[in-house]
Amino acid sequence: MTTLLDPTNERRVSTMERVGRPESLRGLTVGLLDISKARGDVFLDRLEERLSELGADVRRFKKPTFTKPAPVDLRHEIATQCQVVIEALAD
Amino acid sequence: MNATGSAAPMLPDGLVIVVKRECETCRMTAPVLEELRRGPLPVTIYTQDDPSFPAGLSPIHDHDLAISWHHDIETVPTVIRVDNGHEVARTVGWSRAEWENVTGITGLGTELPVMRPGCGSMSVDPDLVDALRVRFGGSALAARRVEVAAAEDEFEAMFDRGWTDGLPVIPPTEARVMRMLTGTSRAPDDVVAVVPPDLVEVTVEKIAINAVMAGCKPEYLPWVIAAVEAVCNDTFNIHGVLATTMPVGPVIVCSGPGTRAIGMNSGMNVFGQGNRANLTIGRAVQLVVRNIGGGRPGEVDRATHGNPGKISFCFAEDDAHSPWTSLAESRGAAKGSDALTVFPGEGPRCVVDQLARDPESLCNTFAACLRTLHNPKSILAFDAILVVGPEHARVFAEAGWNREKVVEEITARLQIPGSELVRGANGIAEGIPAHLKDAVLPKFRPGGLLLVYAGGGAGLFSAIIGGWANGDVGSQPVTKEVTR
Repeated sequence: MTTLLDPTNERRVSTMERVGRPESLRGLTVGLLDISKARGDVFLDRLEERLSELGADVRRFKKPTFTKPAPVDLRHEIATQCQVVIEALAD
Repeated sequence: MNATGSAAPMLPDGLVIVVKRECETCRMTAPVLEELRRGPLPVTIYTQDDPSFPAGLSPIHDHDLAISWHHDIETVPTVIRVDNGHEVARTVGWSRAEWENVTGITGLGTELPVMRPGCGSMSVDPDLVDALRVRFGGSALAARRVEVAAAEDEFEAMFDRGWTDGLPVIPPTEARVMRMLTGTSRAPDDVVAVVPPDLVEVTVEKIAINAVMAGCKPEYLPWVIAAVEAVCNDTFNIHGVLATTMPVGPVIVCSGPGTRAIGMNSGMNVFGQGNRANLTIGRAVQLVVRNIGGGRPGEVDRATHGNPGKISFCFAEDDAHSPWTSLAESRGAAKGSDALTVFPGEGPRCVVDQLARDPESLCNTFAACLRTLHNPKSILAFDAILVVGPEHARVFAEAGWNREKVVEEITARLQIPGSELVRGANGIAEGIPAHLKDAVLPKFRPGGLLLVYAGGGAGLFSAIIGGWANGDVGSQPVTKEVTR
């Protein structure tokens, strides 16, 4: 038998229950997170139009750069203001 | 060596002498030990090999070498004087004057030669030292122990657990990891960095484990630690370098006399196979990102093509022969210090110019080749390293051009009319917005072209290593000094 030392972070991943899918978006606050990639705003503008037609209250958020994770303050802001969030990666 | 781990056993007051029968000097001095026994101080004799040696002096067998290990016995015989539990004097080998000085007794061993060197202690025997390090220091290691069954192939087991980069890794046993840790003065539980993408703290111990797996020697460890520190921060942004669809990884350029001390290659085949230090330092850094940070291809790593350098891309610049200051010095490292620079880079491409004999012509070639980087119409967004080979660098050296002059001349040749860059120009849809057609724009941002001197002595070649999204939105090169 050989004993090895674990090279990993030995992290225990905690699982969280996903919020149930809403029946309708009417009256809900939907956050759109722009990750700051070129022309992502064009796509999100159209998405905002469509979601507003469905009765959603759309709020727009933007990461400072697509190369880094969203800052913790921004994530908190989205979590406290929105019931639904759409984050899209463009490439 | 024994700063961590099990507590050191106390030495008894008086004189403590550590010997082994195999040592001729120990056998020669056995009569002197009898003389000491007749003296005023209590004498305790520890024997490392033969429990009955020296005969008639009731030695204590240091059977597990705990006394020898914990009291740093490197040579036998060693004579230590202990007062109130504290060592106050020590001598090794046989020297009448030294023994008389330590014991306070004169006229010792008058029939012996004045001096004779001792022998190596068993506690520093290369065949035993790894096991001893585990026996007395292993408890200092915090990592989870993973047992591999006797019938299981340990190399396959490590593949199965997802610990490797696709190549076999060295099994990180306690003995190997403890040996690796001798390469640094930092404590195993010292936190070095927070590693993206999982943002997990990495300790010196965990880096050492991954360095073992990569194939590093202990003397490489400080370079691995410095490189992990250099990439795991918001400036270098290893998260983005890992996650991008572009084919980049951390390129590690090492500078300073320490690169030669650990046998790094800065010459022939500098980016290629065959040099253990170059290959394993870079590999260890990537294994840390994978195993600690959780950055794996197909998961957070979304590279469209990647590049073979994502296994390891690490090399030394030949600063001992460079006509210029080292890259690290040009970026603020102290002159003559050991330092490394991390750069988010793709694979190298070759620049061929066999006819250049004057610096202007050579700069024209460099500029023309650099112009095509990523796209001939791409400007400002990406940095680059130009690795100038010795035969090309000689042209600049003979003309008296320093690093700054070379960069300035290349930069001057890369001021590009907007009309060549706008979308649609030259039948290429890619490009900059049309309203910039009358502007003149540089290929590189200020500081975006880095020069390195490296490569074999024959060949009128240089190399370009293209970068990734630069500046605050992407990644900046980071230079870090290397300390043991």
